[in-house]
Amino acid sequence: MVTVSGRLLGAPVKRVEDPRFVTGAARYVADIRLPGMLYVAFLRSPHASARIRRLDPSPARALPGVVAVLTGEDIAGLGDMPVNRVVEGMRVPPHPLLARDRVRAVGEPVAAVVAESAAVARDALDLIEVESEPGPAVVDPEEALKPEAPPVHPEFGTNVAYTFGREGGDVEGAFARADRVVRLRIAHSRIAAVAMEPRGALAVPDPATGELTVWISTQSVYNVRNALSAVLGEPDHRIRVIAPDVGGGFGSKGCAYREEVLTAYLARRLGRPVRVAAARNEDLLSTMQAREEVDYVEAAVSRDGRVLGLKVESIYNLGAFLQLSTPMPPLRTPVYCVGAYDIRNVRTRVTAVFTNTVPTGPYRGAGRPEAAFVAERLMDEVARELGLDPAEVRRRNFIRPDQFPYRTATGVVYDSGDYGRALDRALELVDYAGLRAEQARARARGELMGIGLATYIELSAQGWESGAVRVEPSGRVTVLTGSVPHGQGHETAWAQVVADQLGIPLENIRVRWGDTGAVPVGIGTFGSRSGALAGSALVVAAGKVKEKAIRIAAHLLEASPDDLVYEEGRVFVRGAPGRAVTLEQIARAAYSRAPAPGIEPGLEATAYFQAPHEGYSFGAYVAVVWVDPETGVVRLEKLVAVDDCGRVINPMLVEGQIHGGLAQGIGQALLERVAYDENGQLLTGSLVDYAVPRADDLPAFLVDRTETPGPGNPLGVKGVGEAGTIGAPPAIVNAVVDALAPLGVRHIDMPLFPERVLAAIRAARQRANA
Amino acid sequence: MADLHHIRITVNGTPYEATVESRRLLTDFLRHDLGLVGTHLGCEHGVCGACTVIMNGRTVRSCLLFAVQADGAEIMTVEGLARDSRFHPLQEAFWEKQGLQCGFCTPGMLMRAYEFLQENPNPTEDEVREAIAGNLCRCTGYQFIIEAIQAAAARMAGSAGVR
Ligand code: FES
Ligand code: FES
Repeated sequence: MVTVSGRLLGAPVKRVEDPRFVTGAARYVADIRLPGMLYVAFLRSPHASARIRRLDPSPARALPGVVAVLTGEDIAGLGDMPVNRVVEGMRVPPHPLLARDRVRAVGEPVAAVVAESAAVARDALDLIEVESEPGPAVVDPEEALKPEAPPVHPEFGTNVAYTFGREGGDVEGAFARADRVVRLRIAHSRIAAVAMEPRGALAVPDPATGELTVWISTQSVYNVRNALSAVLGEPDHRIRVIAPDVGGGFGSKGCAYREEVLTAYLARRLGRPVRVAAARNEDLLSTMQAREEVDYVEAAVSRDGRVLGLKVESIYNLGAFLQLSTPMPPLRTPVYCVGAYDIRNVRTRVTAVFTNTVPTGPYRGAGRPEAAFVAERLMDEVARELGLDPAEVRRRNFIRPDQFPYRTATGVVYDSGDYGRALDRALELVDYAGLRAEQARARARGELMGIGLATYIELSAQGWESGAVRVEPSGRVTVLTGSVPHGQGHETAWAQVVADQLGIPLENIRVRWGDTGAVPVGIGTFGSRSGALAGSALVVAAGKVKEKAIRIAAHLLEASPDDLVYEEGRVFVRGAPGRAVTLEQIARAAYSRAPAPGIEPGLEATAYFQAPHEGYSFGAYVAVVWVDPETGVVRLEKLVAVDDCGRVINPMLVEGQIHGGLAQGIGQALLERVAYDENGQLLTGSLVDYAVPRADDLPAFLVDRTETPGPGNPLGVKGVGEAGTIGAPPAIVNAVVDALAPLGVRHIDMPLFPERVLAAIRAARQRANA
Repeated sequence: MADLHHIRITVNGTPYEATVESRRLLTDFLRHDLGLVGTHLGCEHGVCGACTVIMNGRTVRSCLLFAVQADGAEIMTVEGLARDSRFHPLQEAFWEKQGLQCGFCTPGMLMRAYEFLQENPNPTEDEVREAIAGNLCRCTGYQFIIEAIQAAAARMAGSAGVR
């Protein structure tokens, strides 16, 4: 293993966490079992909108093995689930732990059964007597805006939760001097995260200490603790939240859910450990879904392909109520629809609406994919309209490297980038000219081949994160992080960062995470933030440790700290490398009975790193597709991804993140859709109906990197977790539209199911014949 | 619930006898009664493959079987893959190639790969792709899993005597 300072960082180190995963020794929340543990099961609404007339739990209570049955009435004293009120004046509907009086979406829990076994808990659900009166439901966000639409929350008198927009430059002026106006309507279909491990939690009261410990599959132990504290009214320092190994999250496990909070409440109330484990069908019914946005795009374009002005009017489907960060993704398109392009005159607005559906919320990309899709479909439409090459149109509109930091017309500042370089690299990798020639030959044969481009930006590194470095008395190091890995490999990445800073072997470092009883207060892992923020917090903490190590060493070496150098895990006198002490010796001294005079004992430091600004990763993708004109089946032959996420801590981990994002992006483009019928019944309630990509659905990916160091943090890194989900969908859809362009097809909405593609082909043929 | 059955099952070479309810899933029997929690439940309806184990030499979805149906069977789970605390070449290769991220699909994936390499010791990329198509992974995009399985095949072919 490479342990030379400066070389461990950036090396493709094998993951230190993997032995437990490949042997079955990993521990997910469902693997933890305690004596006397109870199980909770939820009775969920079969209706999307209904008044609950009567709810009688007594027959369920009588079943042997049932310990308690709760309805909304029984817990009326508890608070509502918390929401990030990111837009001033937004309407926030009630979100109690169990629905009271009314249900507003299929799957809303109306009662909870606690029993000695999971099977008995489920059996008891059937015994609860419910009488309800179904009412009209609204599912489509545009329908929900109509005056005659059934109100999801009658108390608001509208289905609009909030609107949000940005305006910059002279929009009307831009449209007045445009040579052309290009228009698009885009409907992003609803999809779901579907982490392979369903949600679950185990709550354990400790009568001795009064503490409540909650083991939970989550991306943010502190978000969960905040929710528990707020809803249950318990002080946070008495609640300990622990994330064991977490089987994926992708944003959907970024907050606590009502079922989990209720489980904690039940543990407290019954004085026994209580477990909740969502079955897959429940997970599909209750975990946040994502992406459902409709955009009306209008662009003022000059003859040479410059976008002079842009108007985007969006409608976002929030679902029936608000999870913690449900309000966030709709805010992205109004800001980031300009993408990687220098568009000076922009007016945007999103209207976020309630419908009788499962709430949406952050899922890998969290609004970034919608925004990028708008920008990238637009670039292709401009190219088509003007008969220009789509690569050339992008080049003409790119923000140039000398324009950074660049303030967008929508009011945010991009820190750095070189979009042209990423695009050139991607085009070179696919031999773009050769591909176009191949396409011409295919077209001459009557075959439908398409080439699609996308260049994207990825907002990353928002906010702050914590980290601590503790040199133990042996000189070994314990690292504590506020990040909560769930597949990203932080145990390896953070060990690399600290090993590099302290100049010690990787195996001398142990990373701990996901325990509010052990790690400093932090935020968690989502939004492509951990590398830049958690990684940098550790750089800062390690820097403090080194600084103190030098002061202790000064005492041991009887030298002035100014004459000392820290290098390779030892401190020596400048010019006399023989006069040295190792980190082990310094640690021993730091914890000895007589530490250096005037120096506080101990050798550890905590840091909270807040980036001075956000980091904007970027990249360029090329997709090559073949469309079967008889069946509408799209074959994705090739997907090339060039990503720039600044400096790289571990290229193997980065590649893994990109691959995973690409698969999910391909899923969104071609395979995945959460569907409801017009009454709000979920039609995709199992993995039979919801198509998570399989290995044989995907091509081999070709990924490459450019490296433009991020100026916002000492590591120079930017986020990469969401890249693939942002870049892949527009590249693929652009490719399919390119394939069908000779027929006159201008747009198809995702997912590109064969029947949709076929319908577009037929409609275009009919138009041509008419 | 008096409908109990007495069963004998050999798991990873160890014989077990137990009394189970009819409705006890094989997955729950392995996980809860034997404490072998490496076998995971991702869907409980036979689609994801996270619960895959090997029964009498063939992979099965343990979420679709009752424990009583495995009476008399020989079962291998992920916990049985390493022998004498030495990793199986598949485990080595998954580690080396990062054939996993969150690790939740990994045990099922390893079981399927184990069976597949016995049928086809020298597979092409496309053959691997098809072979693991019944096991869902949401994290990796499969590419490194496929590379890992091919690397394991090469390693197993190169060292005669490896299982
Ligand atoms: S849990 Fe058995 S196939 Fe998914
Ligand atoms: S590694 Fe997470 S599902 Fe495969």
